[in-house]
Amino acid sequence: MKVVPLLKRIWPLMPVLASLAFILALLLIFGADPATAFQALWQGAFGSRDRLLGTLAFWIPLALCAIGLMLTFTAGLWNIGVEGQLILGSIGASWVALNLKGQPAWVLIPLELLAAMAAGALWAALSALLKTRGKVHEIFSGLALTNLAIILTNYLISGPWQPPEGGSFRGTQPFQEAALLPRLFDSRFSPLSLVLMSIALVIVAVLLGNTTWGLKLKALGRNSRSAFLLGVSSEREAVIAMMACGALAGLGGAVRVLSWFDSLRQSISGGIGFLALLVVMLSAYRMFWVPFVAFFFSAVLQGSITLQLRTQLHSSLGGILTGVLVLLTLLFGDYNHLRRLRKESRPDE
Amino acid sequence: MNDTLLVRILASIALQAAPLMIAVTGETLTERAGVVNLSLDGKMLMAAMTGFVVAYTTGSLILGFLAAALVGALFALIVAFGSITLKHNQVAIGFVLTLLGADLSAFLGQNFTRLPGPSVGKFAVPYLKDLPVLGPIFFNQNAIFYFAILLVAAAWWWLFRTQPGLHLRGAGERPEAAFARGASVTRLRYLYTVLGGALVGVAGASYSLGIKIGWSEGHTAGLGWIALAIVIFGGWSPARGALGAVVFGATKSLATVFQQNVQGVSVVAFNTLPWLLMIGVLLLVSSDWVARVANLLPPRLRGGFLRLVQVTPPRALGVEFGQE
Amino acid sequence: MHIELRDIRKTFGDVRANDGISLAFEPGRIYGLLGENGAGKSTLMKILAGYQPADSGRILLNGQPAHFATPADALRRGVGMVYQDPLDFPPFTVLENYLLGRDRAVNLDFRQAAAELRAILDRYGFAVDMDAAIGSLSLGERQQLELVRLLAGGAQALILDEPTTGISASQKDALFATMRRMAAEEGKSIILVSHKLEEIQELCGHAFVLRKGQLVGETALPCPNRALVEMMFGQVPERTPRPPAAVEQPLLEISGLGVRTQRLTVGDINLSIRRGEVFGLAGLEGSGQALLMKAVAGLLPAASGRIALDGLDITHLDYHQTRAAGVAYVAAGRLEEGLIAGLSLTEHILLAAPRRDQTFFIRWGAARETTSGRIALCEVVGVPDSTAEQLSGGNQQRMLYAMLNEGLRLILLDQPTRGLDVRSADYIWELLYARRREGTAILFYSPDLDEIIERSDRIAVFSGGVMSRIVEAARTTADELGHLIGGQQ
Repeated sequence: MKVVPLLKRIWPLMPVLASLAFILALLLIFGADPATAFQALWQGAFGSRDRLLGTLAFWIPLALCAIGLMLTFTAGLWNIGVEGQLILGSIGASWVALNLKGQPAWVLIPLELLAAMAAGALWAALSALLKTRGKVHEIFSGLALTNLAIILTNYLISGPWQPPEGGSFRGTQPFQEAALLPRLFDSRFSPLSLVLMSIALVIVAVLLGNTTWGLKLKALGRNSRSAFLLGVSSEREAVIAMMACGALAGLGGAVRVLSWFDSLRQSISGGIGFLALLVVMLSAYRMFWVPFVAFFFSAVLQGSITLQLRTQLHSSLGGILTGVLVLLTLLFGDYNHLRRLRKESRPDE
Repeated sequence: MNDTLLVRILASIALQAAPLMIAVTGETLTERAGVVNLSLDGKMLMAAMTGFVVAYTTGSLILGFLAAALVGALFALIVAFGSITLKHNQVAIGFVLTLLGADLSAFLGQNFTRLPGPSVGKFAVPYLKDLPVLGPIFFNQNAIFYFAILLVAAAWWWLFRTQPGLHLRGAGERPEAAFARGASVTRLRYLYTVLGGALVGVAGASYSLGIKIGWSEGHTAGLGWIALAIVIFGGWSPARGALGAVVFGATKSLATVFQQNVQGVSVVAFNTLPWLLMIGVLLLVSSDWVARVANLLPPRLRGGFLRLVQVTPPRALGVEFGQE
Repeated sequence: MHIELRDIRKTFGDVRANDGISLAFEPGRIYGLLGENGAGKSTLMKILAGYQPADSGRILLNGQPAHFATPADALRRGVGMVYQDPLDFPPFTVLENYLLGRDRAVNLDFRQAAAELRAILDRYGFAVDMDAAIGSLSLGERQQLELVRLLAGGAQALILDEPTTGISASQKDALFATMRRMAAEEGKSIILVSHKLEEIQELCGHAFVLRKGQLVGETALPCPNRALVEMMFGQVPERTPRPPAAVEQPLLEISGLGVRTQRLTVGDINLSIRRGEVFGLAGLEGSGQALLMKAVAGLLPAASGRIALDGLDITHLDYHQTRAAGVAYVAAGRLEEGLIAGLSLTEHILLAAPRRDQTFFIRWGAARETTSGRIALCEVVGVPDSTAEQLSGGNQQRMLYAMLNEGLRLILLDQPTRGLDVRSADYIWELLYARRREGTAILFYSPDLDEIIERSDRIAVFSGGVMSRIVEAARTTADELGHLIGGQQ
């Protein structure tokens, strides 16, 4: 009889073990030495000062997106367009960086960040309005807007923002030094971005936990009919939640161009927005877990780059690990849910 | 006359539309039974990769297509199990599988990128191929095109002209009423989710074995998402869905053709087309202002216009069914 | 076919819907199954029709025990049921709907089905456009089609659940004529589930009456209405005379109001409710009372007429604006309409507060204190941090009252004491009366005639979308209301 509580306690670890086993199987099939592979994964994430800083630097925009998504998920919205909102943020920041020449950093950086947030919010607002006014589901509008953002980036890089030395499809010319976020030890990690992310984390946590607005979002997400009868205006709150998420994703986009890179690049996002959706799902939609899960994701993905260098295996292995983990957790992670289902299917007991 | 630019463009549109038609038909069957399988994009990537790799290593196209169908069915089975049996959110599972499919296909197919491989060839229908204009567009086509057309017709017949088709639509429309008429809703939903997944698998393989031959990371380039939107635009009917597939196929092949033949036309404008079109058609079929526009028409035309434009999803789409 | 039910039991959660019911139906006769809402009629009939299994008990057809796994099973054995909300497929054509589940052949033979359907329709004098979509038909036509489908499937016993709700008088006459013919000429057993006394009296030869899950009486018909009402509701209790509302000023003035939905049209309502008045709406569910309340609340648009609150025209205000004007609407849905699963009681109280009292930051301490007070006042068994779905049904109902704000002008209540025992219901009404002393008026609907007579100052009765004359609660009787519910003026 004591078995059940123990099983219940270690249950959430099952998906972790199962997904590691899945990766192990893949490694063996592809003839890689698992020990080498997992070592590479670890060292790629934490093996040296620079690598740790790289993991931190990748973590920040991912966490920013995930924090924003907490708002939209709470309101019951599937903001898949967060990827595009991040890209628009990158474009917004780049626009300021490329057009305001000769200004000091303390002028440039706030303007860049503001432009990025505004651009992200604008892209999110389009999605929100298409939903509330046009009844187009946010999944489709978000996806279309993401692809449009990618095309816009490519257009800018190969057109108006082309470097003077000629047509490179890879990126704009590097921004002036004053436009970039100050970075630690020449790495890609900017302490300022960590500060901004922490502030965002606290603000959103407070908004969700301690304000009437957060409560309204929660009500809307759980039962929009009852929320309406209790006086919550669904359109207004949905649009604001989407725009706030877009602003945070935009901020993440600014961090991508101003500290991870030094210019606007072709695949500026690296799929961070989509990953952030997985982060929030794996966090079971709880704010407390979001930064930790995001950090775990960042470590796995950074590690898998080193993995590719050392074993010649494709770096998507990191994505597979996180994807399988999220899938198994979604399906089997909730012990109580599974027990309830078992009970329902055997009503005689 | 049979080799003018226009005829070549039309023939290419028909071919580009074929995999979309197959995928749209598969997902339409699934959604008609009441299940949303959002994992289309991931499934198509996995299937495109599997189809090519299997055909490349075995040299058999048939095995390639079968393997792709199996992979699609397997992904669909996960969605069915998660949503019907475990009663989880269909959208969440579908989305995770989409991302997972992208990564998994990139990893598993890493040793097979950019290789020349076997491909489905053209098949000219005797006599008909010599028809002016129609011949080269419809009767001297890739075999995939014929399959797509036959599939759309068969699915339409199955849905609207057979007893099992009535059961299928009933399960997605009003499961409790279908149950009262003797249908096993759970079994039907499993069946059509898996069947729909297999068809999407075939669609993925037909892309890598017939249209853009070979494999590369992200090979199908958002095709799955576009198919999902076409299912809605098509009003959950295979025939209208096929029409939608042609419209989207046109944007794709026009982009290619113009890039090759016309100077000074921005590629960017053409790349945006499918996505702008996606938002546009969804607005058209679901927003309220269509009804408002309809009110400006004379009353005699109003009903027909609305029937033509607006669509209603199966009423129990995404709704769980549990008998008491 | 001889049908016998023996000791049927069925519980939902802690509610005993059927508590050991035994009865029998003979072929060639028409039965009425009577009872107020929640008496267990529908549950019993769904068990007989195979839609849900009984927890225990037996069904005997011609003396042979029968087990139905599905309604299709039951129909194969000759038992068919027409549900109040017909179990058909609105976007399908009449023929498709008829064909679904008809046989096992893969290919649909529309022509043969059309001939078959036409023949049955003609035999019973029904006229339905066979190319139309089910969704475009009237409720009466949809019922006819369900009936036809069951007859074609070989039904020997037919159950009709509230078949006359929402159908026209002529359709009703056609339906009744058909039922008489089927019983007399074809020897079918027919069971009419209803709480409309007049119809039962008109059509049936025998009535069974259920109350609270038990068979409380049976009688040959016709018989005096009063006897049936007493069986349905128990003894009509002695009423304490209700003093008229304290203030005579009119508060809510409704003139010429019309409301239209797909199922029902309510026309030309004229009503004036005074400050501090308790106004009861009686009638069967779906007769128009709910539409009136929703129109006043701003949840349904008024098709015509005017609604004024304290002289202010609120006809075209939306729900949120009406709410801000001091009108509260309490729906019957609890966890669907009103409460939010997963949110704590404190969070409910915070959300329900008027906008001017909502602060940007939530002061949890104060909010919990307020909630403690409110839930103590309304006797909700729970703590401020309990979530809504953790409460029992009765406590969820009381929670809806705890969420009512101060200083309301009008409270609209849909089934105010559903699922409450007598003592809690009394207490809720005590709280509501306390508000009427401040001038708040109350407009409510209840399926329970006793409650309406006992609690209201004045009463109006709805029948098929038409509102009766207004009666004084102190001077009316259950008999009079029964007549009005049956549609007689």
